[in-house]
Amino acid sequence: MQTETTKEIVLQVSKLKKRFGNNIVLDDFSFELHRNENIVVLGKSGSGKSVLIKCIIGLMKPEDGSIIILGKEVNEMNAEELDKTRAKIGFLFQSNALYDSMTVRENLEFPLRRHWIKHKKEEINQIINQALSDVKLTHTIDMMPSELSGGMRKRIALARTLILKPEIILYDEPTTGLDPITAKEIIQLIIEIKNKYNTASLIISHDMNCVKLASDLVVMLIDGKCYANDTYSNLKNSQDKNIKQFFE
Amino acid sequence: MDSYINAGNFLKEVGEIARFTLKFLITWFKPRYEIKEFFKQCYVIGYKSLPLIGLTGFIMGLVLTMQLRPSMVDYGVESELPAIVGIAIIREIGPVITALIFAGKIGSSIGAELGSMKVTEQIDAMEVSGTNPFKYLVVSRVLATTLMLPILAILSDAISLYGAYLGVNIKGETSLQLFWIQVIDSLSFNDVIPAFIKTYFFGFAVGIIGCYKGYNSNKGTEGVGKSANAAVVVASVLIFIIDLLAVQITDLLGYN
Ligand SMILES: Nc1ncnc2c1ncn2[C@@H]1O[C@H](COP(=O)(O)OP(=O)(O)OP(=O)(O)O)[C@@H](O)[C@H]1O
Ligand SMILES: [Mg+2]
Repeated sequence: MQTETTKEIVLQVSKLKKRFGNNIVLDDFSFELHRNENIVVLGKSGSGKSVLIKCIIGLMKPEDGSIIILGKEVNEMNAEELDKTRAKIGFLFQSNALYDSMTVRENLEFPLRRHWIKHKKEEINQIINQALSDVKLTHTIDMMPSELSGGMRKRIALARTLILKPEIILYDEPTTGLDPITAKEIIQLIIEIKNKYNTASLIISHDMNCVKLASDLVVMLIDGKCYANDTYSNLKNSQDKNIKQFFE
Repeated sequence: MDSYINAGNFLKEVGEIARFTLKFLITWFKPRYEIKEFFKQCYVIGYKSLPLIGLTGFIMGLVLTMQLRPSMVDYGVESELPAIVGIAIIREIGPVITALIFAGKIGSSIGAELGSMKVTEQIDAMEVSGTNPFKYLVVSRVLATTLMLPILAILSDAISLYGAYLGVNIKGETSLQLFWIQVIDSLSFNDVIPAFIKTYFFGFAVGIIGCYKGYNSNKGTEGVGKSANAAVVVASVLIFIIDLLAVQITDLLGYN
């Protein structure tokens, strides 16, 4: 690895284990994410990538192992601490998870409902306008999610993810199901966000274009383990057949 | 509905519903209160059901009266028609039919709405956005159904009785005033209050089952349809079971 090792660690996952009945999904999975770094998690469909980030955000409980976010162990947090930590993490869901019954504005306001966040009306409006202009969709503010195209929905979901200026962002397949041009725009946005807000991101993707453009490091999830952890160019030239199959 | 025939699955389901209900009972009174969402649901659940409930209530009152008249005439007690119809509507038919229509309309829409929210990860998204989805979605809806159904049942009773009045007048002549006097005279505390109280339980059942089915919806759009369907079936059966229990309890307490 290059100079990344000197940067602050914002997320440390070690020896994570998660199973559903007899189906062992994660088995001793470990990696570290540093500030201002994009890591792409690469793995086959069903290999447990979504499970991994749901464990990180505390939506699923792992059987064993530790997840340390900004210096604190997730599994030892109480409800209040967990909520404060979640407010520092952005989560882009695989299915966008926009609230169907709410307008774009209400969707973006939702993360600001937290009782300990006290914003004035004008401040909220300003935050929302800023988030929408970051994704270049200011005109959609009063529309319903059902009136937007797939790519627009993804960008609104991204705007909602960014609303609290997170320090860590978890992207679950941000480009899946989009045409190559829109996918490229999303990738561009992800890179812009990292540079503009100095965030650390964990990106789950099958999209080799996304891996190539957005990743500082690639973590390969195979059979529940961290099979490889290296840069895109090093992995691309690897002779290992498990790694090679992703790059063909 | 094959799974309901299997006894093991059935018991497991009953256990899960009981646990879900318990979770509601220990959550609903604790802050934070989702007041805005609660009023929104009251509007959606109560106000928007009014036309349907009114229409079915009206037809029921009218039809019931017309169906009863021949037998009443045979027994020579035609003049008692308003009293008999009033008792039938207030004690049993009004609350139960209203609850069943309510289960069909509201139970399925809650099941489908929460089911699709579950499947598209909106419930998870609420959780990570610092809002307790159980409070925001489940508590607000269950409280709204519990409080709205009794009101709808009263309105439905009133419209039903008006239908009955028209039914009486198709082949006879009674003034509206006389009709009402006859109906009200025939009703006692024991007819009205237990019937009113049980509608709270009907409303609660519709809300809790709709939410339970939606909240535990399976992945995939097929899961959403199943949730909506199961919400109506289970809630309707539960309404009859509650009705059965209610009549036993009021009987035991001597309010019959
Ligand atoms: N709630 C759950 N209950 C039981 N098993 C689950 C659950 N969630 C996920 N799994 C299982 O965990 C495994 C990994 O699922 P996951 O959703 O993490 O895959 P993924 O790597 O994100 O795949 P994809 O690229 O298709 O999204 C799968 O075998 C799945 O069946
Ligand atoms: Mg996934």
